[in-house]
Amino acid sequence: MDQTMEPLLEVQNLSVSFPTANGETTVLHNASYRIDRSEVLAIVGESGSGKSVAMLAVMGLLPGTARVTADRIAFEGRDLVSMSEKERRKIIGSEISMIFQEPIASLNPCFTAGFQIEEVLKQHTDLDKKGRHKRAVELLEAVGLPNPEDRLKAYPHQMSGGQCQRIMIAIAMACSPKLLIADEPTTALDVTIQKQILELLARLQAETGMAMIMITHDMGVVAETADRVVVQYKGRKMEEADVLSLFENPKHAYTRALLSALPENATGDRLPTIDYSADFTGETL
Amino acid sequence: MSEIVAEGKNIVRDYIVPGGMFHKARTVRALKGVDFSVERGKTLALVGESGCGKSTLARIITMIDAQTDGELTIEGQKVDISGTRPTPEQRRKVQIVFQNPYGSLNPRQKVGDVLMEPLLLNTDYSATDRRDKAQDLLKKVGLGPEHFDRYPHMFSGGQRQRIAIARALILNPSLLVLDEPVSALDLSVQAQILNLLADLQDEFNLTYIFVSHDLSVVRYICDEIMVMYFGEVVERGSRDQVFTDPQHEYTQTLFKATPRADVESIRARLAAKQAKMAAGN
Repeated sequence: MDQTMEPLLEVQNLSVSFPTANGETTVLHNASYRIDRSEVLAIVGESGSGKSVAMLAVMGLLPGTARVTADRIAFEGRDLVSMSEKERRKIIGSEISMIFQEPIASLNPCFTAGFQIEEVLKQHTDLDKKGRHKRAVELLEAVGLPNPEDRLKAYPHQMSGGQCQRIMIAIAMACSPKLLIADEPTTALDVTIQKQILELLARLQAETGMAMIMITHDMGVVAETADRVVVQYKGRKMEEADVLSLFENPKHAYTRALLSALPENATGDRLPTIDYSADFTGETL
Repeated sequence: MSEIVAEGKNIVRDYIVPGGMFHKARTVRALKGVDFSVERGKTLALVGESGCGKSTLARIITMIDAQTDGELTIEGQKVDISGTRPTPEQRRKVQIVFQNPYGSLNPRQKVGDVLMEPLLLNTDYSATDRRDKAQDLLKKVGLGPEHFDRYPHMFSGGQRQRIAIARALILNPSLLVLDEPVSALDLSVQAQILNLLADLQDEFNLTYIFVSHDLSVVRYICDEIMVMYFGEVVERGSRDQVFTDPQHEYTQTLFKATPRADVESIRARLAAKQAKMAAGN
């Protein structure tokens, strides 16, 4: 098979369940994803749709109690399921990396930004101390933080939410990943800062040619970033389409309901709401 | 019709950052002289990013915080809680709904008790009257009598926000301050809560002060809008006026930053991306 034709990440029939007092609860039902090189995929859904769990399962970041089954999770043709923990850790954090929703909470408050960036470089590269420092300065410049030398010495609490998210992005970009998973990267930020962060991610994506998976519940963010969109509901994939056809001509009833609930699409003096008694999961495309 | 429910003139609020051994105490001026007024049955939106003072103003209007300077009038009566305690009657008139419905309800209190407590403290209703009134209001916000004896953890975020709204309404207030009431909710639940608020406004002729950073929500719900930036009002006007022709530079930045979900913008973005890719190759 031609190397360029092979998807970067391929997930087949991924299911995740958690044991609870009332038996096993399945939060993700047989979901399959595929992302090509340099592609931006958005996974959109409401809380409980399994969008974060799916990507945490791919990263191997779910707690030990979770039961993850998949026919195949392959990154560049390498099977992540059968791989040993040690081998997997080499890929996670360098070739696949992730940023999270709460930038201030996802940084360690006890260490400086510089330490936390260089920690990743120490783990995954053989740069020496000087080289790591130089790379950290480069990274901070790339994510658009002024005075990188000063910022490296700053602790997370000395920075704003937007600045912390830039540091998180710098950490994620440290080893030039091939795939960046962004889990609601702008939900905790103001709209003006959200715009800056989305522009930054789009610029880095275009410059490095990495692929990006954007997990979000915000249709606006989807419209501004994605090439292709997966819509999820209650742990099931509802619809998958390229971004333009999804907004122009949504096929699934749930997607249509979701789009019509946007306040900017209001026509009368009341918003259409999603009728949860209608079981969207029964309908397949 | 144009009866003013709440009015503020030159409202100033200072916060004092305590000093230490080596530095003096500092004063931060969170509100730098804000004027506002809102008519009965209308919705005034306060818009701005975090730290602009919109929540501080909401707290002053709700009589939780005292203003440092300036004049606050609610239903024709001057209020200054730093000098005199507001009467229960004044307190009854203004109620607030907070952003996070997970944090604003006591986890150890049953929903019925949450709703009946304000009546117990502020009215001389009998126990059965209190119960009837609470049941009645639960129905109005779209919940049922079976929810009366349940605890907050048994509800979803949207249902909890309904409970918080019912609690705010139980004393028949004339002014409801909504501090980011839908930011913590999913899109479809957000639509339900916004519809509920619109229904209640029609039914009880309520006045809303709606604090939000989400312009698409504000555009849907408000009549008047006030844009705040660093403790100052930089722009005010009717909804159509501000949305069609924003005057201040900051308002324009805010509009530009709001993600656009219409087909034309997506098409334009994809075209720009393709052009960039083609230029790169």
